[in-house]
Amino acid sequence: MWRDFPLLPERASTFAPEVDALYGFLVGMSLFFIALIFILITVFAIKYRRRSEEEVPPPVRGSLTLEIIWIAVPLGLVLMIFGWGAALYFKMYGRAPAEALEVYVVGKQWMWHIQHPTGQREINELHIPAGRPIKLTMTTEDVIHSFYIPDFRVKKDVVPGRYTSIWFEATRPGRYRLFCAEYCGTKHSEMSGWVIVMNPVEYQNWLNSGGGGRIESLAQAGERLFQQLACHTCHGEDDPGLGPSLRGLFGRPVRLADGRTVVADEAYLRESILNPDAKIVAGFASPSSMPTYQGQITEEQLLQLLAYLKSLGGEQR
Amino acid sequence: MSTPVVESPRASRVNYLNVSYGIRSWLFTTDHKRIALLYLVSVTLFFFLGGFFAVLIRLELMTPPGDLVQSETYNRLFTMHGVIMIFFFLIPAIPAVLGNFLVPLMIGARDLAFPRLNLLSWYIYTLGGLFTLAATLFGGVDTGWTFYTPYSSTYSNSNVMLTAVGIFITGFSSILTGLNFLVTIHKMRAPGMVWFRLPLFIWAHYATSLIMILGTPVVAIAILLVGLERLFHIGIFDPKLGGDPLLFQHLFWFYSHPAVYIMILPAMGVINELITCFSRRRIFGYSFIAFSSIAIATLGFLVWGHHMFTSGQSVYAGMVFSVLSMLVAIPSAVKVFNWTATLYKGSVSYQAPMLYALGFIGLFTIGGLTGIFLATLAVDVHVHDTYFVVAHFHYIMVGGTIMAYLGGLHYWWPKMTGKVYPEGWARFAALVIFVGFNLTFLPQFVLGYLGMPRRYHVYPEEFQVLNVMSSAGASILGVGYLIPMIYFIWSLRYGPKAPENPWGAKGLEWLVPSPPPPHNFDVTPVVTGEPYDYSPKSEGAHVR
Repeated sequence: MWRDFPLLPERASTFAPEVDALYGFLVGMSLFFIALIFILITVFAIKYRRRSEEEVPPPVRGSLTLEIIWIAVPLGLVLMIFGWGAALYFKMYGRAPAEALEVYVVGKQWMWHIQHPTGQREINELHIPAGRPIKLTMTTEDVIHSFYIPDFRVKKDVVPGRYTSIWFEATRPGRYRLFCAEYCGTKHSEMSGWVIVMNPVEYQNWLNSGGGGRIESLAQAGERLFQQLACHTCHGEDDPGLGPSLRGLFGRPVRLADGRTVVADEAYLRESILNPDAKIVAGFASPSSMPTYQGQITEEQLLQLLAYLKSLGGEQR
Repeated sequence: MSTPVVESPRASRVNYLNVSYGIRSWLFTTDHKRIALLYLVSVTLFFFLGGFFAVLIRLELMTPPGDLVQSETYNRLFTMHGVIMIFFFLIPAIPAVLGNFLVPLMIGARDLAFPRLNLLSWYIYTLGGLFTLAATLFGGVDTGWTFYTPYSSTYSNSNVMLTAVGIFITGFSSILTGLNFLVTIHKMRAPGMVWFRLPLFIWAHYATSLIMILGTPVVAIAILLVGLERLFHIGIFDPKLGGDPLLFQHLFWFYSHPAVYIMILPAMGVINELITCFSRRRIFGYSFIAFSSIAIATLGFLVWGHHMFTSGQSVYAGMVFSVLSMLVAIPSAVKVFNWTATLYKGSVSYQAPMLYALGFIGLFTIGGLTGIFLATLAVDVHVHDTYFVVAHFHYIMVGGTIMAYLGGLHYWWPKMTGKVYPEGWARFAALVIFVGFNLTFLPQFVLGYLGMPRRYHVYPEEFQVLNVMSSAGASILGVGYLIPMIYFIWSLRYGPKAPENPWGAKGLEWLVPSPPPPHNFDVTPVVTGEPYDYSPKSEGAHVR
């Protein structure tokens, strides 16, 4: 019967059993306290029911001992739960393992655009191999969305104007639901799809068959765009032209004209493309002679450019 | 021989209801008791309007596809349900109706400190309500009651501004009510009514007023900024205009999380009065309950970020907000344990108000414990924005606040109207509401953990069984709410006359006739003892 009436979703990622264990503890603790309060109230209400209208019970004052107990015990419990939850949260929202496969997600009212590093593109479907960490780098063309796979116990909001990321490792091949969890307008409830987890061999076949039907990798697409937009005229291959060289830039510290040093991560590269004057690299003219690409390129194209810049070497973060 | 006819002073009394007649005497009244009744009528209308939207939502969710209404309509239904229930029912319900009526009576004052301001706050509330009703009539708003940007500021093409103006205006009525209560509680207590002799209802309203005054301006600011961006394209929240969408969430929740405590603290205040009266017992741990209200009000301002654990805010910020949110569990637990301990060796009777109070303790316990789930970072990642959250806050708002509001309304109904409601029907309704409520919202916890996101018009088939259970419960709950509505109105005309103190309760409000005279007390009472003193010798307060 429980097969038809499950209380838990499937456990299809490495995080799922860990979240469920914590959830199980919370359910157990809650049932204990709910039972305690319900039993006490029922027993008191029956045992001390009013037997005559004139009845006046003996006065009972408070008890400092009891007050201390019912402050200290819940305090200890919630602090322990906090620690447990925080440790797991740091793992889920922390840095993805270095070998993680990076997939790019762009939310758009009301669909999910997925781009694989090898160039495959999908809509509302995400094909991934089991047993390998997957890192999603996500943004949106319009409003806030939220990428949610219940069977993996992962969720992260997808916020316009910035990149959010999440990682997970699927454990079992199968089809798992994908939802948008942040209300995003009229067809919010239809902004859903499937995550298809395959064993590595099948996954390789899927990649070879073209998947979404592209052969050009994401970085190649980015390179083509780099040429089309004539980025290379200023950002020369090796010696600096009008703009700084971008070779090996990703993940490296960059010294700015105002003396600060920032790390060239996705947020920095994104900002520099969309708003070139925001951070000027030390030794270059301010205001920059670079035009803004805000509104000129789509979020998907921006991700392709990032993939290309990452492919030029540098440190993976 | 003729003897002068001496009428019993009680029988001939002028009370606040019969002192004057006609619509003008109500619309221009400055009597806190009459203003409470004006609020009672207004919030009841909004409650049934919000409830009507809930009925349509539950009907639509009986089946997985969107077949009853279209997505545009559905999104407007849940938004209007949230906006109306929160801003026009839950926030004003207990403070503006029961608080307005009882704060002066309980502390032995003639009226609130600023009677005309009190009337003004009702007019402001009504004006805000009219804007929101207009927005509803013109097709509603579809942003969710949370108005998240940039959807609300740039993308939505529904009546965002009209609704926002309605909420903005109504906020000022909240601020004025809070201000009025604070000044009244500070300056107008009767002789001998020192702070630690105040009924806990007053402590709860004091804490609530602090939040109303400090929090409400921030939501007004947030709404104003959405308006600026929507009308004049000033980039504040939309990244395409150079804004930051998460900034809105910080501003919004800085008010809207404390607003949850505006809704629940007065409810807790009501429960103190009910539990003590119907177990004839001094409250267990008076000062712990009093300070737990202040603790909740204070901590409430430091936990807004727990609505944003998955938003992309820093994990360290998440950590701080998580531990602070955990701490809110402590004063809440203190209250629940003290209420339970108050029953111990008491003289417990089961009149309808007490049934609501006991129901409140049970449902609030469930709502509070599931709040810990949501404060737990890793679990929240999974259940955030699912039906788990929906179930949790309905346990607090409906299982908590509305149960307490109804309990309080029954308890003080004889005092407010001078009439007795039918006890048998009232107990029956309390039971129906308790059963209907649990059947509606317990399945939603399961739905949420299974992964059904909130605000979904269309949902996968595997969620149908639980949704049908929930809708079935909602139909029972709906009937449960209609029954009191009917017998309350019935009792106004046909109910027996209420005595001065039908429950044998302590507290100054029970020393005056039912309904009270316009000026409340003929002689200012002098308080000589602690509240809830049910011991046989005590007088608690006397009129000198």
